[in-house]
Amino acid sequence: MSRESLINAGLIGGLLAVPLAALFLDAPFTITLATKVAILALAGVGLNIALGLGGLVSLGHAVFFGIGGYAMGILASHAQSFSPLMEWPLLIEGTKSMPVIWLLAVVASAFVALAIGAISLRTSGVYFIMITLAFGQMFYYFAISWPAYGGEDGLSIYVRNGFPGLNTLAPIQFFAICFVILLAALWFNARLAKSPFGLALNAARQSAVRVETVGLSPFRLRLLAFVISGAITGLAGALFADLNRFVSPTMFSWQLSGEIMVFIILGGVGRLCGPLAGAALFITLEHFLGGLSEFWLIYLGALLLIVVLFARGGIIGLLAGRKVAHG
Amino acid sequence: MAEPVLETRGLCKSFGALKASDGISLDLRAGEIHAIIGPNGAGKSTLIAQICGGLRPDAGSVHLMGRDVTALSTAARAGAGIARTFQISALAMEDTVLQNVLLGALGARGGRPGLFGSALGDKTLRGIAEEALERVGLADHAGTPTTELSHGQRRQLEVAVALTLKPKAFVMDEPMAGLGTSGSERMTRFLDTLRAEAPILLVEHDMDAVFALADRVSVLVYGQIIASGTVADIRSDAAVREAYLGDAE
Repeated sequence: MSRESLINAGLIGGLLAVPLAALFLDAPFTITLATKVAILALAGVGLNIALGLGGLVSLGHAVFFGIGGYAMGILASHAQSFSPLMEWPLLIEGTKSMPVIWLLAVVASAFVALAIGAISLRTSGVYFIMITLAFGQMFYYFAISWPAYGGEDGLSIYVRNGFPGLNTLAPIQFFAICFVILLAALWFNARLAKSPFGLALNAARQSAVRVETVGLSPFRLRLLAFVISGAITGLAGALFADLNRFVSPTMFSWQLSGEIMVFIILGGVGRLCGPLAGAALFITLEHFLGGLSEFWLIYLGALLLIVVLFARGGIIGLLAGRKVAHG
Repeated sequence: MAEPVLETRGLCKSFGALKASDGISLDLRAGEIHAIIGPNGAGKSTLIAQICGGLRPDAGSVHLMGRDVTALSTAARAGAGIARTFQISALAMEDTVLQNVLLGALGARGGRPGLFGSALGDKTLRGIAEEALERVGLADHAGTPTTELSHGQRRQLEVAVALTLKPKAFVMDEPMAGLGTSGSERMTRFLDTLRAEAPILLVEHDMDAVFALADRVSVLVYGQIIASGTVADIRSDAAVREAYLGDAE
């Protein structure tokens, strides 16, 4: 086992151990923090497929996070007010079922990613960053000005949505759901990186001309990566909304897009568990430093500077050393 | 005469007032090496870019096996059978040597690259990739990161990737550059056997290699082919000697 796999196993083990310990010590808030880490790491895993594998610096991934959130908010709010989403031409009712909400979150995010990607991926570099940011702002202001679903105030959902056979209101059970989904996403990401598609996408990041010369289209590879990436981040959004039982336009904000990117940079761009390491560090710092000072983000900024200047592979890069080519 | 494998008809490309290609018509026939020589700035790179995609000509057309491919993208032309190697290596530098050739085999297979399964574990792809490495003499370096290869080895890897494409025509941009004397001789011997597989349009500065390999030579100066013929013809052509070869002999 390589050093990076050991670190990954340690991170995943740690994420599991903390809430279990908290369960015995009767500290439900710590379980909630761990759940938050798992969900934000999931959002990061999504972005890492575009950013780490594909080299696509998207500053608009909050769009997908927000769409996942609103998928949950809209379905659940209709269910709790017993008013159908639409009655004609066919009756669609709201739902409080997590699997249905997840499905909608993933499908809706994937479609929006397809549309945004088809336009933005015609640009590259700074223009790509700017155009994804612009899409993010469009969704943000749309959510603010859409009164049907709370506008600026957002939507509150009184009871957490249900999952067959589980009591999702018990923090440890909701954590388990998020943890398993995160594991599945990490497994998928690891397989994707090794797949023929991953090989081609990774090569397109390094040399688009090379990929064209062997007869593959970098645009199509990147578009598919962007769609997969958006779908995973969208699923994270649905879980995040369920964690807070609240959805608001801030889920679409560019600050959130930036935060997801910060997790990846802190943890290590393109590293499988980079987003998990980054999200865990972020939430830990927010919890402890945030208790000391309102201005804790200054320390986060300093840390980010240090990582970017001195540890380009992020925390995982620092601990695991140089990336070993697989095979 | 049989139809040429690759053909350009009256290619014109201008950048402002500069005519980089000025009515270039040439062809590449089965089994031959056709060398393009010319001084720096003669428009060789512009010509290659128009043949392989990447630059759209202002006028004229490119044909592969009689089919007009002028409107096709670089990727589609590669799929149709044009394999290009680069003067300045365009490899996936962070990847291993094997991963670079695997990519070629993957592209040549066509269709959408799979999301599941392992690229390295695909026996068919791997067989094609390893065979190509074997042929250029890089088999021992399969696991080496590409950044650690010497300049000459990168050239060999470029050729190996082109081999995996099983192309109808090779377009090689200075495959000898930076190889050194012995490397250059090895590459010359290799290209000599390769022409039986698919003809090679060879842009090269190394005159020893060109004169040793080429069945035909075309001389490009200021965007125009000023002479075209056998090595002997070109050596004795007064205009060529004046424009390019100087009084070297």
